[in-house]
Amino acid sequence: MLQEESDLSLVIAQIVQKLKGSNLYAQLERQAWACLQRPEIRLESLKEDIKEFFKISGWEKKLQNAVYSELNVYPLPSHPSAPPEHLKEPLVYMRKAQGSWEKRILKSLNSMCTELSIPLARKRPVGEQKELLNKWNEMGTDEPDLSLFRPVYAPKDFLEVLINLRNPNYENGDSLSFRTHLGLIQVPLKVKDIPELKECFVELGLTTGQLGIDDSTQVPPELFENEHVRIGQKVLVQQDSAAAQQYIRQGSPTALRAELWALILNISSQPEDVKLTASNDDYYFVFEDYLYQVLLCFSRDTSVLGHFAYNSASPPKSYIRGKLGLEEYAVFYPPNGVIPFHGFSMYVAPLCFLYHEPYKLYQIFREMYVRFFFRLHSISSHPSGIVSLCLLFETLLQTYLPQLFYHLREIGAQPLRISFKWMVRAFSGYLATDQLLLLWDRILGYNSLEILAVLAAAVFAFRAVNLMEVTSLAAAEAVLADLSTLKVMPLLQIFLFATVT
Amino acid sequence: MSRVLVPCHVKSTVALQVGDMRTSQGRPGVLVVDVTFPNVAPFELQEIMFKNYYTAFLSIRVRQQTPLHTPSKWVTCLRDYCLMPDPHSEEGAQEYVSLFKHQMLCDMTRVLELRLILRQPSPLWLSFTVEELQIYQQGPKSPSLTFPKWLSHPVSNEQPVPRLEGLPDPSRVSSEVQQMWALTEMIRASHSSTRIGRFDVDGCYDLNLLSYT
Repeated sequence: MLQEESDLSLVIAQIVQKLKGSNLYAQLERQAWACLQRPEIRLESLKEDIKEFFKISGWEKKLQNAVYSELNVYPLPSHPSAPPEHLKEPLVYMRKAQGSWEKRILKSLNSMCTELSIPLARKRPVGEQKELLNKWNEMGTDEPDLSLFRPVYAPKDFLEVLINLRNPNYENGDSLSFRTHLGLIQVPLKVKDIPELKECFVELGLTTGQLGIDDSTQVPPELFENEHVRIGQKVLVQQDSAAAQQYIRQGSPTALRAELWALILNISSQPEDVKLTASNDDYYFVFEDYLYQVLLCFSRDTSVLGHFAYNSASPPKSYIRGKLGLEEYAVFYPPNGVIPFHGFSMYVAPLCFLYHEPYKLYQIFREMYVRFFFRLHSISSHPSGIVSLCLLFETLLQTYLPQLFYHLREIGAQPLRISFKWMVRAFSGYLATDQLLLLWDRILGYNSLEILAVLAAAVFAFRAVNLMEVTSLAAAEAVLADLSTLKVMPLLQIFLFATVT
Repeated sequence: MSRVLVPCHVKSTVALQVGDMRTSQGRPGVLVVDVTFPNVAPFELQEIMFKNYYTAFLSIRVRQQTPLHTPSKWVTCLRDYCLMPDPHSEEGAQEYVSLFKHQMLCDMTRVLELRLILRQPSPLWLSFTVEELQIYQQGPKSPSLTFPKWLSHPVSNEQPVPRLEGLPDPSRVSSEVQQMWALTEMIRASHSSTRIGRFDVDGCYDLNLLSYT
């Protein structure tokens, strides 16, 4: 049909435009020039021969991976008349809510600076710079005095904002209707129900092998695990991003995980010009140092600003001392535009188990942030945004565990108050590390955060019997305080595929 | 495929409701918007563009100029076009939409008047409408743009690539791409450059406070 074809042409044009400015394009050009020397390249069939060369040498695969990456990360081109704000967030009331929330954070940061009489940013004196360079690999052991600093905000402050989110064009009256939602989120976003989730997460079904279930000690490895590892190695040899993303839906073997994630996130193997000294001290391994290094560099990495094109949030602005309002003196603060909150480092910590070279660790974290984690702390209508995840969690509970939901609500323990902190941190710090990595495998495999909401509901389903007996929010919190013994894949599988509805 | 905006007059919406509007409860689920084109000769409609605001289904009727002295009739050119896949949820509620003449049920020549029939069956929304309505007719042929030569003139002695299932014909794509290129250039030019991308000015980055605007 004419319309679909011209839509596809538009997508192609936009991707070509994006890739033209990339490193890969320069490399491809260089390769094309260099291969002219080769004997198999003939002038009569120049174009075909170069294409054939690219295919054989693996450059075509790299291009395919780059295109696939663009399709995954960037939203489809919107209507030509849609302004840039519309691409960030199509619903006007959500944009406004995000704007107000940002203002609150800025006010809080400004008042803290004024109270403590410290500037937001200033150049380090030369002595301090030298000291920092010397101490670069041991920063965790020499913290500055942070006792007077409060965290800019905590997840529960953010939850209050989401609870008060309202669509002005929606029937928000008190009278019960067929759509009354008994949870905390009161905006009518579209969320999937279990039949739709089953279709979406079909590879997690009972008849498909999973790492996290079918690799347990009782199961002979010939049944699934050996073959799965063999396929994983093949995928890595092929260097195909799309195949890796499909493969990882059944989980990644521990030995292959670092490489598979790098392939899926399309991280190049060349170290970028990041201001990190590659520390090859394998024997001394303190994550604290890595966290400091990574987050310090992250906050100064201006390439992160690119993701604000599709993030509903906007980077805060400031003006060089004294020049308020003059655009030539406007800068972004922090340089990457992201103001961290209490617990932000938990996004990085699990990655430290996978990557030992700082530059690789940093690139993986940055890519994970601009693809997934930013959605967990900005207000948007995206299906993987935190608002949709909260609504999905509450709807699953209300629909499939109505007795439990009603009981918890009656005792003043709205389930979202307990599960919110899990979802905002993508369960980091709550699950055992090996379980967390199996969960994050699926986030990469399905290119969606919805699995976090499904897992949260599955956890409540698992502890339903105990929860039915509690009589207060504190008691409910106590039942759900320790998730470190949970096995995520069986929980997900049972909740989606084995619960009688 | 360039287009020219046709100045139009959008009349105020009329709600269709059974019974006495003042005493009956509930909100109307059907609205009618008439669009006239005063001082414009009957034209061939190319594109209708608007921003949706919680309308679920759209039908369009057109009144065209008929030859000689036959009276012109209203003809349905679009029937129940779905704007919101789930009328009870936000999906598609505030999207920008374009409808082209090839999507219409009849030919759109000699248009005199349009009638948009908006439907929103869900009782959950307080109001619904379409905004920023713009009607376009065919413009003059676009001047040739500078685009890479290989896009529009593939090497003639190339083996024709077997057409893969579901993909458009490559020669057609390359001719379409030139128009899309123009579109994307337009988008880029119109985007305000909010990306400063720097954290210092001439090596100085003394900052005191964040700005609220």
